[in-house]
Amino acid sequence: MNIAVIGQPISRVDGRAKVTGRATYAAEFSAPGQAHGVIVRSTVPKGRIGSIDSTKAEATPGVIAVLTHLNAPKLPYRPHKGFTDPDIGERLHVLQDDRINHQGQPIGLVIAETLEQAVHAANLVDVTYAAEPAIVDVGRVDPVRPTMQKTDQGERRSPETRRGDAQDALAAAEVRIDRTYVIPRENHNPIEMHATIAAWNGDQLTLWDKSQWVSNVAEEIASVFGIPAENVQVISPFVGGAFGSGLRTWPHVTLAALGAQVAGRPVKVMLSRREMYYGTGYRPHTVQRVALGAARDGRLTATIQDAYQETSAYEEYSEALTNATRFLHSCPNVYTRHRIAPMNVHTPTYMRAPGEVSNIFALESAMDELAAALEMDPVELRLRNEPERDEFKNLPFSSRSTRECYRAAAERFGWSRRTPEPGSMRDDRLLIGWGMATATYPMNFAPAAAMARLLPDGTAEVMSAASDMGPGTWTSMTQVAADALGLPMERVKFTLGDSRFPKTPPHGGSMTMASVGSAVQAACLKVRDEALARGGANDLAEAMQRVGQPLEASANVKPGGAGKRFSMHAFGAVFAEVAVDPDLGETRVRRIVGAYGAGRIVNPKTTRSQCIGGMIGGIGMALMEHAVVDPRNGRVPNGNLAEYAVPVHADAPPVMDVILVEEEDPHVNPLGVKGVGEIAMVGVAPAITNAIYHATGKRIRELPVTPDKLL
Amino acid sequence: MPGASSPAAAQGYRSAPAPLDVVLRVNGAEHRLALDARTTLLDALREHLHLTGSKKGCGLGQCGACTVLMDGKRVKSCLNLAALVEGREITTIEGLAQGDQLHPLQAAFIERDAFQCGYCTSGQIMAGVACINEGHANSPEEIREWMSGNLCRCGAYDHIVAAIRDAAAVTGSTRGG
Repeated sequence: MNIAVIGQPISRVDGRAKVTGRATYAAEFSAPGQAHGVIVRSTVPKGRIGSIDSTKAEATPGVIAVLTHLNAPKLPYRPHKGFTDPDIGERLHVLQDDRINHQGQPIGLVIAETLEQAVHAANLVDVTYAAEPAIVDVGRVDPVRPTMQKTDQGERRSPETRRGDAQDALAAAEVRIDRTYVIPRENHNPIEMHATIAAWNGDQLTLWDKSQWVSNVAEEIASVFGIPAENVQVISPFVGGAFGSGLRTWPHVTLAALGAQVAGRPVKVMLSRREMYYGTGYRPHTVQRVALGAARDGRLTATIQDAYQETSAYEEYSEALTNATRFLHSCPNVYTRHRIAPMNVHTPTYMRAPGEVSNIFALESAMDELAAALEMDPVELRLRNEPERDEFKNLPFSSRSTRECYRAAAERFGWSRRTPEPGSMRDDRLLIGWGMATATYPMNFAPAAAMARLLPDGTAEVMSAASDMGPGTWTSMTQVAADALGLPMERVKFTLGDSRFPKTPPHGGSMTMASVGSAVQAACLKVRDEALARGGANDLAEAMQRVGQPLEASANVKPGGAGKRFSMHAFGAVFAEVAVDPDLGETRVRRIVGAYGAGRIVNPKTTRSQCIGGMIGGIGMALMEHAVVDPRNGRVPNGNLAEYAVPVHADAPPVMDVILVEEEDPHVNPLGVKGVGEIAMVGVAPAITNAIYHATGKRIRELPVTPDKLL
Repeated sequence: MPGASSPAAAQGYRSAPAPLDVVLRVNGAEHRLALDARTTLLDALREHLHLTGSKKGCGLGQCGACTVLMDGKRVKSCLNLAALVEGREITTIEGLAQGDQLHPLQAAFIERDAFQCGYCTSGQIMAGVACINEGHANSPEEIREWMSGNLCRCGAYDHIVAAIRDAAAVTGSTRGG
């Protein structure tokens, strides 16, 4: 049977559940007798708890227990580091002592019969502090050398790299630019707030949790409570967005489990929107100096990137802030340095395209500044610096479709009609600007496992402990399984989001399709081969009828040696049109065209959704998003969805064009996929700010470009 | 600020607020509930009636994920106290389809892939149904304006607008106020 399901624009298999309200997210499970937990949080960024009095809270009707460091059980907190945890430092331990490490740190948990009672009682816990001077203002920290830098693949690498002599080359360059770019702290703000329901049965723990990595939640919580990981089952079939906030196991998960243990009944903890700014990570504030030197003909002779990012004082979170600079454009002399600014804040974490999206904003802004200085078309400048191979790793690219992306996107956009002078294009009184940027994101492929079961009736069940925070894992894995089994999709049931299923890597880094997809494919091919052999037939349905009993096969996949022979990344090009109101300083994005070379596309329908979603995310980054940190105390005064502005319907450009260029890459992984979730956001912000420069002649180097910056 | 104590709250901490008997009309059925007076319509739906299709994304009326219809008009259920909406006809996402027959907007959401994670989807659909009924679905620009109270962090706006256009064409939309 040959059914082409891979590459087809198939509607989501979980679509009906989502449009009828039947898809069940973490807080929506119902454990019998569950109580509600509300977290009490510190109101100082550093110091010790002087006193904590829960008498009033405990006397409140409906309150079952109030946990603080004074009465909470001591937890083993055995060592555990998941791939998504910072290598250096130690996670926050909750309710174990009187230390305050950051503003909004959990210092208590109120458990009550109803949510209303718990919220009320949490307000009645009286706390005094012995506050200590805190560093919460990133502008006043001297950055330091991190212990190491983690690449997207998790390799440790020196935070400083050199190729040639960039300083001398910059000094000798015919044309140079040397600028500093700033991106403020940004929050993931998925519409679903983080939530956990914890239920103990003896020493067995069930967690219904919002997570991008259920197996790691099980391992982390097992380490905290000192129990075997197999005693913890984590269930997370639907994730209401996360964008990285669900990659780590945050303190509220421990608190839910602790609360359930003390209360002797299941406990549900759902964070408030405000709490989402104090305990589930954020994209760190970054400051990046980029200096470029070039010959008059546009060829780069020197590239310097000196970047730093905020992190916490208790963990060294370090993201791939300088990786792309080393290979994106051809340049003989490159210097990159990555530093960190530790502060008394909670630890930042991966947020959609972590590292790359910030890196590329600075680099591609600088490239646009160089193009302007050279009076050269920005696309032409990039074409003149198109590398033949990865000059940092000294390896060929497994595939690189940048030229095709520039060509396809420029043509669709109508780039040839652009007049180069800033302010030269108008629509009545509005200033029109056209800008572009290159995009890239690494192809990540990590060990993954899946299990496939064929039933005598010719249907199949396939499972893996993967997640679906929105890209369409439920659907794409069903397609891969159906393709490998040679069955129609409706005869294949794929299930994810349970830590008892075969293990996967985290649902992030655009690696789910490559990793879980390859495992699903391998398990399905294996069980199909076995069925055909045992049934002695060429038709699977007939073979299974003859076998007459279920057959199972599991598969583990891991990367081969391709990473040693090739540099593997997705590439793309983003073009944007903005209209700037010269009197109001308001920028509207009118059109975005993105072209991507991301290997094989399993489902163009859901892929387009990912791509337009990344564009919307990039519009937020460019024009709106900024978690304001009060420099006196580390509070986030705009920590809600009215004041932390994110794009709404009216901000979406009328024209959003996604071009998926044909790209066959036999090296990256068995499926030939590169993933699109992250690259879709990379390059959007610089394309927009470069367009704003073209419209206004104003170069805004600090995001977001709010109206005040253009007046 | 997180964990701050509120003087107003502190005054009445000992008194047990008596539960209120509340009758809610949801999706054509009557539900008798004994509710804390502070219970919002959203929490009554989710925690007491186990109708979890209406989503909580902020509890502050900022995101629109909790949008339901009240007497046919869209409201944010997190901003309404349950006890104050007695006698009103509440329609949630669970009450939109006719049996297995999806509402045209639900079908259009699937066809247009007008969501990713699905968490804002119930609110988008309920607001979209109202947007069409109000006569505010005559052009993409108009839809974008009248749907701007419903946030989608996955950024599916383009597809949501297309789905509302499709459904408006099926169900009929007239220009209104």
